[in-house]
Amino acid sequence: MKGLMFKQACWDEPIILSLGRKGRRGYVLPAIKEETRKRVGEVFTSLPPKFRRKTLPRLPELSEVEVVRHFTRLSQMNYGVDLGFYPLGSCTMKYNPKIDDVLASGVAEIHPYQDESTVQGILEILYTLSKWLAEITGTHEVSLQPAAGAQGEFLGALIMRACHKFNGAIEKRTELIVPDSAHGTNPASGTMAGFKIVVVPSDENGCVDLRALKAAVSERTAGLMLTNPNTLGIFENNIAEIAETIHDAGGLLYYDGANLNAILGKVRPGDMGFDIVHINIHKTFGTPHGGGGPGAGPIGVCEELAKFLPIPRIGYDEKQKRYFLDYERPESIGKVRGFYGNVAVLVRAYAYILSQGVEGLEEVAETSVLNANYLVKKLSQIRGFELPYAKERPRKHECVFSAKTLYKETGVRALDVAKRILDYGIHSPTTYFPLIVDEALMIEPTESVEKEELDRFVEVMRKVSDEAYSNPDLVKEAPRNVAVTRLDEAKASHPRTMALSWRMHQKRNVIKGGVP
Amino acid sequence: MPTSPNHPYIPNAVPETKREMMREIGIRDIEELYADVPKKLRLKRRLNLPKPTSEHEVRRHVEALLSKNESCRDIPVFLGAGCWPHYVPAVVDTIVQRTEFLTSYTPYQPEVSQGMLQAMFEYQSMICEITAMEVANSSMYDWASGLGEAVRMAVRLNNRSEVLVPRIIHPERLATLQTYVEPLGLRIKSVGYDPKTGLFSLDELKRQCSDKTAAVYVENPSYLGFIETQVEEIAEITNHKGALFIVGVDPVSLGVLKPPGEYGADIVIGEGQALGNHMNYGGPMLGVFACRGEIELIRQMPGRIIGMTTTLDGSKTGFCMALQTREQHIRRERATSNICTNEALCALASATYLALLGPQGLRELGETIMVKARYAMQLLSEIRGVKTPVFESSHFKEFTMNFDKAGKTVKSAHQALLKRHGIHGGRDISQEFPELGETALYCVTEVHPEEEIERLAQALKNVLGRGRR
Repeated sequence: MKGLMFKQACWDEPIILSLGRKGRRGYVLPAIKEETRKRVGEVFTSLPPKFRRKTLPRLPELSEVEVVRHFTRLSQMNYGVDLGFYPLGSCTMKYNPKIDDVLASGVAEIHPYQDESTVQGILEILYTLSKWLAEITGTHEVSLQPAAGAQGEFLGALIMRACHKFNGAIEKRTELIVPDSAHGTNPASGTMAGFKIVVVPSDENGCVDLRALKAAVSERTAGLMLTNPNTLGIFENNIAEIAETIHDAGGLLYYDGANLNAILGKVRPGDMGFDIVHINIHKTFGTPHGGGGPGAGPIGVCEELAKFLPIPRIGYDEKQKRYFLDYERPESIGKVRGFYGNVAVLVRAYAYILSQGVEGLEEVAETSVLNANYLVKKLSQIRGFELPYAKERPRKHECVFSAKTLYKETGVRALDVAKRILDYGIHSPTTYFPLIVDEALMIEPTESVEKEELDRFVEVMRKVSDEAYSNPDLVKEAPRNVAVTRLDEAKASHPRTMALSWRMHQKRNVIKGGVP
Repeated sequence: MPTSPNHPYIPNAVPETKREMMREIGIRDIEELYADVPKKLRLKRRLNLPKPTSEHEVRRHVEALLSKNESCRDIPVFLGAGCWPHYVPAVVDTIVQRTEFLTSYTPYQPEVSQGMLQAMFEYQSMICEITAMEVANSSMYDWASGLGEAVRMAVRLNNRSEVLVPRIIHPERLATLQTYVEPLGLRIKSVGYDPKTGLFSLDELKRQCSDKTAAVYVENPSYLGFIETQVEEIAEITNHKGALFIVGVDPVSLGVLKPPGEYGADIVIGEGQALGNHMNYGGPMLGVFACRGEIELIRQMPGRIIGMTTTLDGSKTGFCMALQTREQHIRRERATSNICTNEALCALASATYLALLGPQGLRELGETIMVKARYAMQLLSEIRGVKTPVFESSHFKEFTMNFDKAGKTVKSAHQALLKRHGIHGGRDISQEFPELGETALYCVTEVHPEEEIERLAQALKNVLGRGRR
């Protein structure tokens, strides 16, 4: 098939700890004057003997050249958004504008405890960004502190806790409701914040089952965590009634912002009745995912909850025309991390929102939804894949297909499909999530993909389906064109074979394969 | 004028393309895709945000804002306190800017993510080497949240109800710990210090450590820069009561200081920002998290761990996420932590940095820092009215400086330093530790040339208005 060729680099690159030679170095320290040394005297031997490091750590001894080559080779065995389509559902793997990276480097050497008079520029950026995010989400006040979406969730759940405590009701408000289609972080964050998790099922439309929800709420309900559109990409159109149900029971409504991309400028979480909202900056606002972070997970809250936000808040003194850090928040839950947030990520988001502008953000929402529905239409025509739940309803930013039929008819599972997709130079969709779909393939194209690439993806899916029906082993044995063939993940986790560090590996010597 | 809208990041924004795709879907208007959103909830106006802006204009605007800042590139800054100025070699920036790393995500598909997986395994392995621990995860958000997670891990292991922390602890770390453990109902008790040396009061520790103690936490070097040398005694008292010993470190110190794995630490946490990451006004940071190799401990670890494995046919070594059944995407409400997105790219920076330094480089870095910090202490202590360091102990890169006898508050002295001399002093800790009087915490590292240290001493002498003793 034309245009489908792919071959990932495959270096037999050894573990860096096994490389190098004695005496090589990749970094030279700034010099110290002889008279300074003399004046100060020996420092190492001045340490209490029992507290000196006796044997140096077994780090590799490498020249700068070797270090650069090693990591550059590794980078060639890594697939990123800049290489191609990355429809990893729920993760919003959109294009990361390069100018944003360039601008973010402007805060590299600012220390967080510098005098406010020396950081007015960055404070203004953060202050303005928090106002923009409040406007986008329809919330009253935004804290930029959380380091990631999950930390935003944890903070949100803590704010629920603080609110019920403030009202003298925390003893009885012990339950947090999450739908069965929720991201795993929701129940995990709720538990960390001390709540018991109550799971409500989805109805035949893939939305929260209202009757079950009404049965689940009680005077024990602390709140509900929900993402809308949900993880199936379907808009929870009963949201007003859901909000009423939770609020009438005295609970709070938490918005998981993972899917915010679909609704920018269209409908706001605050207007849907959500009291607490987190935003995944690295998803919606185009900051690079960094191979697993750093991201940023600001949260916005309604007016009543603003007093619980973590310290410090960023304030603006109109009279003196200066920005400042405000620690005077007696009801604040305190801190969830050191300092103020992932600033270098937040600066990128500021530049992103400014570049896109209001029309651009609307275009983001519309095109991401258009792209997802285009895929729904095209992929529905492929043998073995079907769209579960409410076929007639439009999807938003993502869609979830089931490979159940393919599995039944060919023995090829969603996992195999995902691995075979890799062979065509495309990153796989998210698999086996949400849990309510058998053999799930969760596909989020985002707005930053051209129609030709969507068509190519459809072609790949068709090809994989054909292969499953004609030569299922080919799919089950995939991938072939990437750095390594399928890995033994069980071996990596088994107590007898696990090797979680180089020293553990050397001690146990249980992983026996070729290089590295 | 352009014939299509200005959306360089949105290829399908061209109206003709959209029409073509809508035809395929069977709709006439994008709005039909939002038909299921109740009308009464829809936003009936435009968001109050700026208009779309060209890259050139965005650049001018943001750079103009950033130029209002004065960074450590513009003026000498002697701040530390959990975020430190260290030189980041160009190689580190080059590697983390490789977009194959930068624009990838969690390696859910390990076969196309071997690069990041191997780099994370190498990061974990090097953290194990410098801390002398068996296992490290591939990152937490920062030191402070890492402390919260470490104490929660200890409670999962022994189900006890108290944690002991030093009185001399970074207040933001303490505040974060409080937030993390509040839902558990855990009691945080602080252990006092010897007023002369700043070191842990062992008597108080013995009195407070009991079979209710889930963990004892020590920072080394301490928040105020001195080295806690009684760690073996602390470990013994802790072990004796069956509590876990958690040690927080500045990893840069581990080329010269004894690693926590050699004095009985069960869990080691710390701030990896110092290892090749820029300060970025306090974030992103890098939470170091390591523990001993017992399976019971490993199973309770928070965060992502990368393991070595082989291909299914056994022919080749590779890497993948290990022990995922601890994590939220599998274990949901029973997960060891909710963490998903972490600080992988910062871990990559640290792996690159440690590889450049090597064992000798890490030793020399520690020595260089100690020489310069000590040089600063010597010069500064010559100023009349200044006492530095406050504690009679060995210090690493940070040290306290007391102004009580100089007749000036830290605040006014620092304002004068900044406004009159263009030098940024250390952190004013007189509110955090009122018992220490007018005291500041200064930080000197390899990035401070001797001339800058001399300038600081000269300026401070001038500010305090008195000559040499």
